[in-house]
Amino acid sequence: MRKRFFEASARERVHGVVDTDSFHEFLPPEARVSSPHMVMLEQPAAFDDGIVVGAATLDGRPVLVAAQEGAFLGGAIGEVHGAKLVGLIERARAERPAAVVILFDSGGVRLHEANAGLIAVSEIIRAVLGARAEGLRFIGLIGGAGGCFGGTGLIARCCDALVMSEEGRLAMSGPEVIETVRGVEEFDSRDRALVWRVTGGKHRYLLGEADAFVEDDIEAFRAAAIHLLDTPAEFSLESVEREHARLAERWQRFGSSTDAPEIWQALGVPADADVAMMNADEFVAMAAHCPGRNA
Amino acid sequence: MKRDEILKALFPAGWEPTALEHDYLEGRASVGGTMVTVIGTAERVEVGADLALRMAAAVLATVRNRPGEAILFLLDTQGQRLRRRDELLGLNGYMAHLAKCVEIARGRGHVILSVVYGEAVSGGYLTTGMMADACYALGDAEIKVMNLPALARITKLPLERVEVLAQRSPVFSPGVANYHRMGHLRAVWSDDHGQGLADTLADALAELRAMDVADRRIDGRIAAGAARGGRTMAAMVVERVRSDA
Repeated sequence: MRKRFFEASARERVHGVVDTDSFHEFLPPEARVSSPHMVMLEQPAAFDDGIVVGAATLDGRPVLVAAQEGAFLGGAIGEVHGAKLVGLIERARAERPAAVVILFDSGGVRLHEANAGLIAVSEIIRAVLGARAEGLRFIGLIGGAGGCFGGTGLIARCCDALVMSEEGRLAMSGPEVIETVRGVEEFDSRDRALVWRVTGGKHRYLLGEADAFVEDDIEAFRAAAIHLLDTPAEFSLESVEREHARLAERWQRFGSSTDAPEIWQALGVPADADVAMMNADEFVAMAAHCPGRNA
Repeated sequence: MKRDEILKALFPAGWEPTALEHDYLEGRASVGGTMVTVIGTAERVEVGADLALRMAAAVLATVRNRPGEAILFLLDTQGQRLRRRDELLGLNGYMAHLAKCVEIARGRGHVILSVVYGEAVSGGYLTTGMMADACYALGDAEIKVMNLPALARITKLPLERVEVLAQRSPVFSPGVANYHRMGHLRAVWSDDHGQGLADTLADALAELRAMDVADRRIDGRIAAGAARGGRTMAAMVVERVRSDA
């Protein structure tokens, strides 16, 4: 029986992704560590500050896991939320697990504690990259209702590998923000098909921004994460220079594009392919035959 | 300060630009007798995919061609570019790439400094200046995510109430002093028409150079925020997650 990742809570996702009964949470809700700033602003707080962190095994191997709770303030990052992630990464640097797995579901910096959130995002980015330089592996999963935007979108792209579902969305600014600032003709945030084409998992996978594409199914995310435990991971001057060449070529080829289908066809998607209707298997098989994917 | 003022104040003997455009600058300058790479934005430019890529290229060129040379970011940016095209191409991926380039440079012994001389907002600052070993800002610069009226709308609190709370807490209102108290800025530099800024920069650089690479890789901002009383929770939370059984 398929259990949807999209609608599940952070704890349901964690328990479904890691080995059964293997998850042990650090600073659980009973520890009652929540944001003092939300209280000061007379706003509701959460006893986990919108993120679950802990240790588990994945296919029998030790991992450290974090899962953002999109139902609390859109999974936004404040002081405590951010510090839990920084602490988990520091723990990983000492314990050397097989991977740090992060289940993203967050709109970015929490505006109620914006300075603390912004600084925390930058500290997480530095911690992730510092740990990668020491050989630690980071795997990100994106398929929650809140998507992965703003500072969280930056953290995600600092990971070694990302798994996305069709429903997962990954970008810097959300469509609503762009529409508010630039107008509806720049980005119509209510045009769901357009939002999906620009930020959704299939586009990100074809572009090479995501490494695995799965159905909206917790078990499928789990299988993809297990697979990524053993794929090559490198963070070096050479790997960054290769990425630079890919990104420069993408900018050169598609810098004047305004919508996704023209990019997909240039990458090798057949003009008659109904990308939106394909299931994950069909889509991944089709993408495997696109000569331009990852270019 | 404007771009030409900060350049004159930091490099009174001049510098060697390889790019000096309306909203972007790149080149080298002598600081305290040694050459540094200078990468900068101006006129509150938006950081789009192309600009992130350009700054990444500048960092990589320094790493390849001038091993160990310090890199100085001079920043004035209103944030990430808000365009559908940039999002279509994966703007967050371009910006994250810049952060990776800076981290690679740091790991290979390059000292990284940043100075906000104009404005620094959210996404435009995260993968540029905020990646530095040490972040500085001028006293009349501005660092922010959002302004107080916007926060009042989100919290549905009266603006007057938010303004009162902003006096008590550095956590949500704009301002370089708040970013210092929270541990992000190592120091706020005096802005008395640029007097002495060149020496201040040379001292900051010498201080970082005296540290070894391993120490420079330690992000000390959470500890600084706790010591200055601006971030009271983060250090405790990090410690408990790091070491709780």
